[in-house]
Amino acid sequence: MSTAPNLNAIDSVFAALKAKGETALIPFMTMGDPDLDTSVELVQAAEAAGAHMIELGIPYSDPLADGPVIQRASERALKNKISLTDCMAVASRARERGVKLPFILFTYFNPVLQLGLGRYFDLLKEHGFSGMIIPDLPLEEDSEVRALAEEHGIHLIPLVAPTSEARVERIAANAKGFVYCVSSLGVTGVRSTFHEGIDAFLSTVRRAASVPICVGFGISSREHAERFAGQCDGVIVGSAIVRQVEEALPLLTAPDPASRKQGIKNVQDFIAGLKPRVD
Amino acid sequence: MSSQVPDQHGRFGPFGGKYVPETLMNALIELEEAYLKYKDDPDFLEEVRYLLKQYSGRPTPLYYAERLSQQLGGAKIYLKREDLNHTGAHKINNTIGQAVLAKRMGKKKVIAETGAGQHGVASATVAALMGLECKVFMGEEDTKRQQLNVFRMKLLGSEVVPVTSGTRTLKDACNETLRYWVSHVDDTYYILGSVTGPHPYPMMVRDFQRIIGIESREQILEAEGRLPDVVVAAVGGGSNAIGIFHPFIEDEGVRLLGVEAAGRGVDTDEHAATMTKGRPGVFQGSMSYVLQDEGGQVLPAHSISAGLDYPGIGPEHAYLKDIKRAEYVPITDKEALDALSTLSRMEGIIPALESAHAIAQVLKIAPTMSKDEIIVVSLSGRGDKDVESIMSYLALEEGQQP
Repeated sequence: MSTAPNLNAIDSVFAALKAKGETALIPFMTMGDPDLDTSVELVQAAEAAGAHMIELGIPYSDPLADGPVIQRASERALKNKISLTDCMAVASRARERGVKLPFILFTYFNPVLQLGLGRYFDLLKEHGFSGMIIPDLPLEEDSEVRALAEEHGIHLIPLVAPTSEARVERIAANAKGFVYCVSSLGVTGVRSTFHEGIDAFLSTVRRAASVPICVGFGISSREHAERFAGQCDGVIVGSAIVRQVEEALPLLTAPDPASRKQGIKNVQDFIAGLKPRVD
Repeated sequence: MSSQVPDQHGRFGPFGGKYVPETLMNALIELEEAYLKYKDDPDFLEEVRYLLKQYSGRPTPLYYAERLSQQLGGAKIYLKREDLNHTGAHKINNTIGQAVLAKRMGKKKVIAETGAGQHGVASATVAALMGLECKVFMGEEDTKRQQLNVFRMKLLGSEVVPVTSGTRTLKDACNETLRYWVSHVDDTYYILGSVTGPHPYPMMVRDFQRIIGIESREQILEAEGRLPDVVVAAVGGGSNAIGIFHPFIEDEGVRLLGVEAAGRGVDTDEHAATMTKGRPGVFQGSMSYVLQDEGGQVLPAHSISAGLDYPGIGPEHAYLKDIKRAEYVPITDKEALDALSTLSRMEGIIPALESAHAIAQVLKIAPTMSKDEIIVVSLSGRGDKDVESIMSYLALEEGQQP
């Protein structure tokens, strides 16, 4: 550890939630879908809906870990020729409008590599990100990024899958922020069933991890969120929200402010409806 | 082994590696362990050797193209006749190896991606042979360009899954196959068709394709008593090229020349010239050269040949380029078609459009060489599959000319 650990906002949020016995709600949104201005408003809407932190997804041409919903969102966003840096700026733009929740960047590795790791970390700091997820950068390939992340006080949040088995220990030992538990085999997307060994898997991760654990992939409703609420510290909802954005596109891209406002509200209401009820 | 790469992390210098979602990591580790266990196992090797010989018809001939050589008036040209393999291309060298491995790993289901359809047909073929259930993912665009191969795969009992995401060609067929594998990693073996993707595929597919170069080396020594001056092969992902190059890598006097698809020209946006116009990046599981925009988004490729229509290239080729052991040059659609026509008329051999790119490069360099010099070129596949797309291309060209 080279630097004194500044308190990371992700850690603070989990500490506060733990004190209240609440589960974190972590929405994912594809930046630039349908455009960056709307993304800024949707981030505000997510906070207003009660989200505890938010994943800002960078659109990519070859999103290997993603199902059709997020693939389509990426394609829509990339039509506007937006870059990684444009998308990262959504965080500071939302911050200027008063958004307080921690930002987590979700990006595939190649855009980061092309930007250059030095510049990438400078921008993460500049735009106020607290964490990052790089789905195609497994443990074996992440040493350089992990070292830089620690140096900059930004959490590199690792994924573990039901197939990780013996790898769980090693992944959890290195985890910062939280461990992202993939609920089922497959790509992101809405699904009706989870991996059959999911409960045993979550307790294995829980035992191995010294940081909070969150569940994602296929979580699409309050019922799902509640199913996992007792076993983990947070739920991540991606495709289900991105699909709401897709359904709201006619409103979000309408010329009149009232329609746009309604579109944003639809997504906001959906996110609010995902929050697990506290007994 | 004639080379120390890849290292234990699957690195060829800075290239290669395993850039995949965590869900696949254990499957790749399991595959690597199984491959390392069997690759020197006499039983395993004997089964592969037997099938290559009795089923696919190896060794394939190294044919001296006398008329073509004389016509060009330069180097002696030898064609390594991979087109004479069962299913018509070099692809079966690899699918036989991987299917035998899949069986030993106890897998009952296999999946594969395909561009031109040759790897799909080769996978469907070995799946039929070994009683494995097979699904082949193919870009919707390519299913139209290569209808005959789609039908062949179905005849062989495989399911062909048209891929409608992204560019609807090979690149997205690869994405979709990986996504399917993520969901079915418990019981499914992925027969990857080129020296691309995450470790151990680039190493394993190379090892199964080395037979092309091993035979070529022996055959040219027998025919000419010496090694060739140049070895030429077309490069998409690069499996036939690495197969023929690899056994010559330590023969310093042998020039290795990879030929990539320049499509409508490297100065247009429609090409697949990854080495000429790409730069290093991470794509589909490994670090290599990639056709990409400034921000790292992968660009769609173009080639008249569906098998070369790919914005990436195997990491070992990237390594050979950087250490200057191999060179990579572009050939346009037009040059490839002209070469296809020349070889057909001069030698009675209709090459696949992929292989026609290698032939086109030979047509360029042979006349500049002396008569006692030798070129060995990989004729990686036969052209039967392409006849229809050549017809429509020529019709379009004629239509455009007043």
